[in-house]
Amino acid sequence: MVRLVTIAALTWAGINVSAQPSTFRWAGDPEGGAPFVEADPADPTLVVGFDVDIAELIARGLGREPQFLAVAFASIDQSVARGDAEIGLSGVEDTPARRAAYAVTIPYYQFREVLSVRSGDAGQFRTLADLRGRRVGTLGGTVAYEILLDAERQQGIVAVSYEDDVHPYSDLLIGRLDAVLLDNVLAERRSRTTPGFVTHPDPVAVSHYVGVLAPGNRELRDRIDGLLRQAMRDGRLEAIFRKWKIWNADQPQLFARVLEGAPIPPVAGYGEDRSYGSESIATMSKWHATRRYLPAFARAALVTLILSCGAMLAAVGLGIGIATGRLYGHRVTRAALAGYVELIRGTPLLLQLFVLYYGIAEAIRLPAFVAALLGLALNYAAYESEIYRSALLAVPIGQLEASKTLGFSEFQTLRLIRGPQAFRVALAPMTNDFVALLKDSSLVSVLTVVELTTQTRIFATNLGSWVVPGILCAALYLAMSLPLAAIARRLERRWRI
Amino acid sequence: MENLVLSIRDVELVRGGRVLVSNIRLEAGPGDFIVLRGPSGSGKTTILRAIAGLDPFDRGIIAVADVRLEGRRTPDREALHRLRRNVGLVFQFHCLFEHMTALQNVCLAPVHVYRTPQESAERSARALLTQLGVDSRANAWPRELSGGEAQRVAIARALAVDPPVLLMDEPMASLDPSRRAELGALLQRLTAAGRTLLVTTHDETFAQQFATRILAIEGSTVREL
Repeated sequence: MVRLVTIAALTWAGINVSAQPSTFRWAGDPEGGAPFVEADPADPTLVVGFDVDIAELIARGLGREPQFLAVAFASIDQSVARGDAEIGLSGVEDTPARRAAYAVTIPYYQFREVLSVRSGDAGQFRTLADLRGRRVGTLGGTVAYEILLDAERQQGIVAVSYEDDVHPYSDLLIGRLDAVLLDNVLAERRSRTTPGFVTHPDPVAVSHYVGVLAPGNRELRDRIDGLLRQAMRDGRLEAIFRKWKIWNADQPQLFARVLEGAPIPPVAGYGEDRSYGSESIATMSKWHATRRYLPAFARAALVTLILSCGAMLAAVGLGIGIATGRLYGHRVTRAALAGYVELIRGTPLLLQLFVLYYGIAEAIRLPAFVAALLGLALNYAAYESEIYRSALLAVPIGQLEASKTLGFSEFQTLRLIRGPQAFRVALAPMTNDFVALLKDSSLVSVLTVVELTTQTRIFATNLGSWVVPGILCAALYLAMSLPLAAIARRLERRWRI
Repeated sequence: MENLVLSIRDVELVRGGRVLVSNIRLEAGPGDFIVLRGPSGSGKTTILRAIAGLDPFDRGIIAVADVRLEGRRTPDREALHRLRRNVGLVFQFHCLFEHMTALQNVCLAPVHVYRTPQESAERSARALLTQLGVDSRANAWPRELSGGEAQRVAIARALAVDPPVLLMDEPMASLDPSRRAELGALLQRLTAAGRTLLVTTHDETFAQQFATRILAIEGSTVREL
């Protein structure tokens, strides 16, 4: 077992980990859960799992103490590349992109990408070809997701990306998905706790788990490969997999091929007739790879734009309603609206999105895009309402009294005098909020909506670099926000009061 | 008095627990040009605001045409609506609607409160602006108007709904002597047309020169000179 240390804790404590050669820093994602890496139920400051045991095996072989670094699954490669840890081990998949961009260890575990469907659909949906027009979910940025994206083009399925491996199965059971494609390790783990689906034994593809190191760390990688080969020979690796109940007939075959030095393709069994996976994004020129991803970027930018505009429009409408209700409404209405604003402002947007999409799914099954739009709108409405309320309060009392003496009703005063003047005051903070919303819309990726930031992450993962995807993403966000700011400035000049 | 349009009987105004003015009495008919004089803080503006239904008063009765307001009683919406058909108020700082042009300021109430067709309201508004000598500023924003121009537009806005009683708070405050004389002449023309004016000012000369009646606040009482 290994003591859990986060990057943040290390940084804050000012500990210079690189100055401790006696430790072997390895990165993993404790959210990945058992049997990979998870917090020890008996002591949550410790992590347990087969990857934890493998890290310990390697560390001992190197004569060092293992030291765990908690890193989000999608960031393990980048974290290793920037030197936070020496190796990433957390069910890290063997992909052409990873092999091209990083120093990757020999494969130490072979897994099958398997298709899970609701028990009642077992006869109907056996392969991806049976799922034309159907929604198939998986964990984003994985081999399975790449396979689904390919199947989307080739077989007409609808690929749905998740940020975790739990919700694909819960969405399968409530009918949001028709199938899930994931590692057999994950499928078996989920089937033990979630009844109602079956997993077809025939693999859609076969791949492996590997350790990932920084590209310049090949010398250490070679030493680790030697330690892993030794552990394959002497049965220590088998013992670890047996301990975690994931030893199966695939592993002796993998060990044999590794030990005899046979070439092992990163992914096998899917689209081999079309050389699927042979042309990696990571091995292309940056320009070629970018051109390849541009249509997907344009689509994602459009999703971001539609989502942000729709959510902002709804937030403005709701915000105006809340602000006027708080100023003109009955005492009970005012209290209820104030409660709403405090509740929304006091809880994270991410939590609200989860509740809308997953929390109330038993009662109302909102489509992902609708839940995303509604979540952002409800959240921003609370903030907008405070802007409008303060803007309405900022309209000079003399303006309101003048309107009274002319005989305007309160509603007419609001519509014709107070509202338009308040809108001018609110314009700058509203523009600010809209730009913030454009960026906050990236949070909806947790609801399987692929927007600009998610697309950037996918591109960066496959390319093995954040430079080009980051610049492209920033350029698209700026292309959306700068015209908006320019329009707002023009209106401010025109409405100068 | 025949054709009484404004009647104030035994009105008392209390602010912050202090009696500001008491036993205010006034009866005014069409054509009366009444000036209410008094030092700063004596309650002149408060009296105008009470007549316009903006602030409550503590005792007595204020009647404008057929609308009757009683001390310490909140008037109902219908009474306030009728009151505002009969009383116009020009604020000391004009309070023009900042997001509208001069012409839009004048048209707004006739169109939206009294349902006058836009075209007809605009015609009347232009006529009023011409009468007040600011027709050339019809399309100017309030921020672009001088103090005197803004005041004339504010008068036009108040007159656009044709109230029989016009209240004006310190209209001389921002005017030079020649402009004061101009304004005095203008207000005399309005009263000649049968309107009742109640104007607050410190300016004794103006009061002597143009008013038909002068009221003075002395201590906490109002006395007609």
